Amino acid sequence: METEYSKEEEMEKLLEDLKKSNVRKEDWEFHDNLQPVYSTGAGLNRKIVEEISEIKKEPEWMRRFRLKALEIFQSKPVPTWGPDLSGIDWENTKYYTRPDEVTTNNWDEVPDQIKDTFQKLGVPEMEQKYLAGSVAQYDSEGVYHNLRKVWEDKGVLFMDLDLALKTYPDLVKDYFCKAVPPTDNKFAALNGAVWSGGSFLYVPKGVKIDMPLQTYFRMNGEQTGQFEHTIVVADEGSSVHYIEGCTAPRYEKNSLHSAIVEIYVNKNAHARYTSVQNWSKSVYNMPTKRAWVEENGQMEWVGGSLGSKVTMLYPSSYLRGPHASAHNLNVSLAGPGTIKDTGAKALHLAPYTSSRIVAKSISIEDGKAIYRGLLRMNKGAVHSKSHVQCDALLINDESQSFTFPHDEIYEPTATFGHEATVGRIGTDELTYLRSRGLSEDEASSMIVLGFLDDVMKEIPMEFAVEMNRLIKLEMNKLGAVG
Amino acid sequence: MHERYIYFSQFRHKKVFKYNLLICNKKVQHLPELIINNLSASVEGKQILKGVNLTVRGGEIHALMGPNGAGKSTLGNVLIGHPNYVINGGSIILDGKDLTGKTPEERARAGLFLAFQSPVAVVGVKLSAFMRAAYKQVHPEDKSKLSEFYDRMKIHMKKVGLDESFMSRSVNDGFSGGERKRFEILQMMILRPKIVVLDEIDSGLDVDALKLVAEEIKEYYSQEVGFLIITHYQRILKDIEPEFVHILKDGKIVMDGDNSLSLRIEEEGYDWIKNTA
Repeated sequence: METEYSKEEEMEKLLEDLKKSNVRKEDWEFHDNLQPVYSTGAGLNRKIVEEISEIKKEPEWMRRFRLKALEIFQSKPVPTWGPDLSGIDWENTKYYTRPDEVTTNNWDEVPDQIKDTFQKLGVPEMEQKYLAGSVAQYDSEGVYHNLRKVWEDKGVLFMDLDLALKTYPDLVKDYFCKAVPPTDNKFAALNGAVWSGGSFLYVPKGVKIDMPLQTYFRMNGEQTGQFEHTIVVADEGSSVHYIEGCTAPRYEKNSLHSAIVEIYVNKNAHARYTSVQNWSKSVYNMPTKRAWVEENGQMEWVGGSLGSKVTMLYPSSYLRGPHASAHNLNVSLAGPGTIKDTGAKALHLAPYTSSRIVAKSISIEDGKAIYRGLLRMNKGAVHSKSHVQCDALLINDESQSFTFPHDEIYEPTATFGHEATVGRIGTDELTYLRSRGLSEDEASSMIVLGFLDDVMKEIPMEFAVEMNRLIKLEMNKLGAVG
Repeated sequence: MHERYIYFSQFRHKKVFKYNLLICNKKVQHLPELIINNLSASVEGKQILKGVNLTVRGGEIHALMGPNGAGKSTLGNVLIGHPNYVINGGSIILDGKDLTGKTPEERARAGLFLAFQSPVAVVGVKLSAFMRAAYKQVHPEDKSKLSEFYDRMKIHMKKVGLDESFMSRSVNDGFSGGERKRFEILQMMILRPKIVVLDEIDSGLDVDALKLVAEEIKEYYSQEVGFLIITHYQRILKDIEPEFVHILKDGKIVMDGDNSLSLRIEEEGYDWIKNTA
């Protein structure tokens, strides 16, 4: 009983902190007047792709790979089965923007303006406090990377992918676009053609890293695209937690973020991938994230989709070996005028595999939150299990939530279940809490934190606080709720 | 202006005498006092309350009765400041403080409490945490620890007949009608308001539960609390026995009386009361 109280006392304290905190959107929507040292300019063609490869002094196979991906990109239509993507200005997007010449492992060498930006966002602070290592990317290129020596000594590799390609070309080639080939979808093909930056993280056999590693992505330029490519390899019996955070200033014209994340969880390994996306409302966020999970491997996806204009994201787990498991936990916030088309895919390709998907969404004003999921259980995936839970919270009468689960079950011994709930922070609910003395802020915070309660222990506390702040911010902009 | 009729009964003189006595004594006693002064209100553009006058003081139990659609629940919602209800005229004064334009939380902190007719479920908000947060707002002076507060809460839960397991459930989520009403009473016991408005507290309760709720109300009753019991039926008034009964019809109080008035309504309905609108 005592422990239960202390947890609530902690929550009480958190609520009080929230009341004091007063973060404004300008805190991350600022933009620097930094002139990039190089940009390919607007538009995309063969010449630009070759130029990117040239600047990066890449091996021949990568150059050819990029050009092949470009062909695939150009041959694929823009998908129309989901949200409206007509706002993406393909012609005027700058596909490659380089902020500076160098990437460094010393903060002091990072150009002042970029350093200031990351400092304002609290990045170096986090590194000191609780990270095993970090990479910072500004527009198209990584500008900083660092890994604690203890992990370096154990053979862990953590750097931006461009550097990894130069230093460990064979290792990168073994994994690059194996899980997400350019033929997968138009945005994956685009990433294959113009990818730049992203992280490469390799954890050798049996190494268990007990602190998370983080990459922070910052998009500064207007109408630029960020196309990072991240590869995480957890070799046999290893364990790793990798975190990504993303922000961008807000512009009138739309920007495009189309990343690829590939995670390879080998036999008996455990990987957790946490991403907190807080793009501004001028960003189309179209990443493709996929994990290959081998025998007895465990993959955990933890995602927070807070910002962006449109997000389409369905982290996928290919459960390739017996007893492989995947756990998806996604929390989406669809603010006014934005669409979150998010979900998860679990493909059970081997016996005794299991997946658990928990998707929570909050829609504010005319924000639209959509759960779109795929569950496939192949013939032969005997005794595999899956459970999908979708919870939606609607803040206003016009808020919308949709659920589109798609199941393909070919194995009779497999079991699966779906669960869905819809809650509301309506005028009546708020008035009820307020009529007992709670302020409007406190009432809505209680509802939001209550909604997230069962996922609170899975997501970083800072993230929960941030999420709550954002919701309050969105609600405050509407004036009095109700 | 409309007329208000006094309902004649055998006890009438006694009651009026006490009423007058209270008025004389109020300044010395510092009893809580809610004055509803010529209150008009509308919802979705439709005028529901058309000038309600009513005063509830500490130690008094008032019953507000009336046919369906008279505006009884509207009055409750307007008193607590539900944003869907718009006040078009008049005022709500509690202990000299004008609450008319105030938010629901300001009214609650001033000591006004409404037990809702149909309390809504608030999914995800834990009952115990909600009560604690509310209590801290209403009684900031009480610095007692969380564990002390919960111990006190458990005692009251036992009294209203709610199992301890309700503490970790979401507010009203999956509660039966009766459980919701018991929880409303529990909130009253814990938050200790000065003026209590009970909106159809008897609906959805079986005989035993009704008895239990009436017991709790009587236990909470003191010279420091004034009650306004909004009800359609007389049955709860048998247990609680209000001193004053008011009839609301078409947005106005058209008749005042004592508990014998409620008995007559139980027998004859509302048709005999002259519609003054």
